[in-house]
Amino acid sequence: MTDPARALSQVLGRGSAHEGAHHWRVQRLTALALLLLCPWFVVSLALLPQLDFTTVRAWAGSLWHAVLLSLLVISLCWHSQLGVQVVIEDYVRGATRGAGLVLSGFVHVLLAAIALLAIVRLTLGAP
Amino acid sequence: MAMARRPVSPHWQVYRFAYTMALSILHRATGLVLSLGLLLLAAWLAAAATGPDCYAAFREFAGSWPVKVLVGGGIVAFCYHLSNGVRHLLWDLGLGLERAEARRSGRIVVVTTVLLAAALLWLFLFRGAVS
Repeated sequence: MTDPARALSQVLGRGSAHEGAHHWRVQRLTALALLLLCPWFVVSLALLPQLDFTTVRAWAGSLWHAVLLSLLVISLCWHSQLGVQVVIEDYVRGATRGAGLVLSGFVHVLLAAIALLAIVRLTLGAP
Repeated sequence: MAMARRPVSPHWQVYRFAYTMALSILHRATGLVLSLGLLLLAAWLAAAATGPDCYAAFREFAGSWPVKVLVGGGIVAFCYHLSNGVRHLLWDLGLGLERAEARRSGRIVVVTTVLLAAALLWLFLFRGAVS
C-alpha cells in the first residue's frame, strides 16, 4: 500500500475497471429516464392524426416537445452506447475490440449530434 | 495459444436449458436491434428538419415493405426490451430474485410484450400512420 493513487482508488471502490460502478449506474439512470420518455414519445406520436410533414413539423416545433425529444435522444444514444460497449467487451477479441469500441462511440455521438441539431432546427424553424 | 483453451465463464453449456436463459439473451439481442433503430430515428428527425421533399423521400423509404417489416420487428424488440428492462430494474432493487419469482416475471414480460406489440403494431403500421 505504497502507491497513494492506488490506495485512493481502493477507498473509492473503483475496482479493476478503474471507474467503479459508473457504467452500471449510468446504464440504470438512462434506463429509468427512458422508462418515462419512451411512453411519452409513443403516446404523443400515436395521438397525431398522421405523420406527414406539416403535422410532424408542428409537433416538433413546440418547445415542450423539443425539450422532451432532446432528452429522449440523449438518453437513447447514451444507453445504447453503454449497451453496445458491454456486448463488444463480452464477445469481441483482439484488435477488432478496441476498434469496435471507438467506432461505436463515434457513431453514437454522430447520431446524437444529427438528431439534436435536427430538433433545434425544427424548433427554430430555419428552412 | 494457451489463452484459446482456457475455460470461459459462465459455463452455460453445462446447464439444463431454462426459458429464463432465452429471455436473458433476448434482452441483449433486442437491445442491439434497437441500437440500429437509432439510425432510423436520427434519419426521421433529420429528414423533417431538412424540408418537405426530403421528408417525402423518407416516408417513401419508411413505407416500403422491407422497411415496414424491419420497423415491425423493431417495435416488437422495443416492447420486449422495455418490459424486460423493468424486470432488470426491479432485480437491481433486490426484488423478485427467487427462481420461481424470476420465472413468473419472465412469463409476465412475454405476455406484456405480446399485448404491447400488438397495440403498437396496429397503431403505427396497420393504421397507416408511418407510410
